[in-house]
This record gives sequence, structure tokens and C-alpha cells, in this order.
Amino acid sequence: MGWIGDTVDSIKSIQIRQLLTQAVSLGGYLFLHMSKDPIRAGEIVVFNVDGREIPIVHRVIKVHERQDTGEVEVLTKGDNNYGDDRLLYAQGQLWLQRHHIMGRAVGFLPYVGWVTIIMTEKPIIKYILIGALGLLVITSKD
Amino acid sequence: MHSFGYRANALLTFAVTILALICAMASLSDNFNSPSPSSQIQILNINWFQKQPHGNDEISLTMNITADLQSLFTWNTKQVFVFVAAEYETLKNSLNQVSLWDAIIPTKEHAKFWVQTANKYRFVDQGSNLRGKEFNLTLHWHVMPKTGKMFVDKLVMSGFRLPEEYR
Repeated sequence: MGWIGDTVDSIKSIQIRQLLTQAVSLGGYLFLHMSKDPIRAGEIVVFNVDGREIPIVHRVIKVHERQDTGEVEVLTKGDNNYGDDRLLYAQGQLWLQRHHIMGRAVGFLPYVGWVTIIMTEKPIIKYILIGALGLLVITSKD
Repeated sequence: MHSFGYRANALLTFAVTILALICAMASLSDNFNSPSPSSQIQILNINWFQKQPHGNDEISLTMNITADLQSLFTWNTKQVFVFVAAEYETLKNSLNQVSLWDAIIPTKEHAKFWVQTANKYRFVDQGSNLRGKEFNLTLHWHVMPKTGKMFVDKLVMSGFRLPEEYR
């Protein structure tokens, strides 16, 4: 799906493997954008926690912005979770800072990612597809 | 070059292109919606107000939240996420936003509501600056589309003030 992900430099698209909220069902494409605007409560952000390979896409529920440096400390939570994300953060970490955050979610495209998910969950389909494509290449009379 | 594979490929590409186009049009149609939401928040009671062992102020309060967010829903709306945040300034922090309550509104019918609740999330300061603190209660809403761009807006209600003394 190169042509869909092929957008302006600053916009990345990320596949939803786990459920974000009921809003983005499995297989949806989430469009991310990282601007210099300050992080505010309610925004859905993508962040990485040390030691975890899959980034987490959750909502900011608390913001504390410093007077002097302008740096922020935020707390996130998944909409459908009971508690906040402190259990997910690194040992002893209470807040996320700007450098932990990779992007903000700005829009959705449903179902587009299903093909990739199916191929990852059931690798046999990937092999069948590649096999079929290979067959097409061999047999086509160009 | 009219093999089955070639035609299937062309068809699939065309189908996906059309899908993307329809999603874009659906999203664009949301721009024609001019919503007129309204809301009121009252603080019914300060349940308690303490300085915790870790040195930070914490307060528990009960609020009455009424809102009519029906005009936010379009046919392209999947759900609306709404939350109430207390916003205030301290000497150390130029902005503090603490979410006190949130909810997911699944349909238009649920969008006109009245809720009486204690704060769902703990109202904890970074420090002990809350005595006599003036703050805003802001109702934020995030309209999550079935496809396309999210719409975000808020309603600021100012004029709230915390008690001068712990209780």
C-alpha cells in the first residue's frame, strides 16, 4: 500500500495491531503527524516505552507544563482501560516527556491494513500470495 | 496482455482507489456540519482536600455535568469522546491540565446527558499550590469519524476556586 503511506514527509502512518479504542477497529490505518505545537490534554499520542517494541497509541489525560523551560510532563491512558498508563511506563517512571512521543493521531482510514495483518498472523497466506505472483510473472507473455 | 491476473490486478487497484476516494469524500462532508454544543458544570461538593505524604496536594470533588452534544454527530461519526479537565496555573507550571472525568458517547441519542459524579481520575497537583487556587473546568470533545479527520473542540467554563484551607 505504498501509495497510501506515500504522503508528506512529516506524516507517518501506523498500523493498529491492538485495539486503540472502539474507535479504530483492528486493521485500521492511523495517520500521525508531529508538529511543534505543545502537547495538550485529550490528544492521542504515539509513544515508545523502553524495552517494548510495539509503540502505544493512547490519549493524554494530564499535562504539566513548566514555566521556565516550557517542557511538559504528561500522563496517558487508553480510553477503554480502567487505569492510567503508569503500569506500562518504565520502572519508576511517572510521566512521559516530549522526547518519548513520536506523533499525534489526526485521522483514520478503516480496514486498509487488513491485508498486512492477515499476512502477518497467517504467514501461509504470504507464501501463497508470493507463490501466485511468482507464477504470474513466469507465465505472463509480455 | 488480457490475462486473468492482469485484469484482477487492475480491478483490485481500481477498487482500492475508489475506496480511498469515498473515504476522503465522507471525511470532507463533515466540514459542512456546523455544530452548536452546550454544557454546564457545577461543583456540588468538595469531598476532601489534603496534602498527601509525597508532598502533593490532592482534592476530591463531586460535579454535576450537563451537556447537549447532539449537533456534533454526523453520518460519518463513529463516536464522540468527551472529557472534563481542570486547568490552572501555578508558579512552577504555566499550564496544568488534569482530566477529571471522561466518557465515550456512542450515538446521537446518548449525546444529551446529565451526570453527577466524583472525579474519575485523581486531581493531584505537582506540589502544594491548590489552596485558594482559581481554575477553569473545560469540557473537551473529540469527534471520532468512521473515516477521515478527527474534529476537536472545547468549551471553557471559568470562575471556579478551590477552598483556602485543607479539609
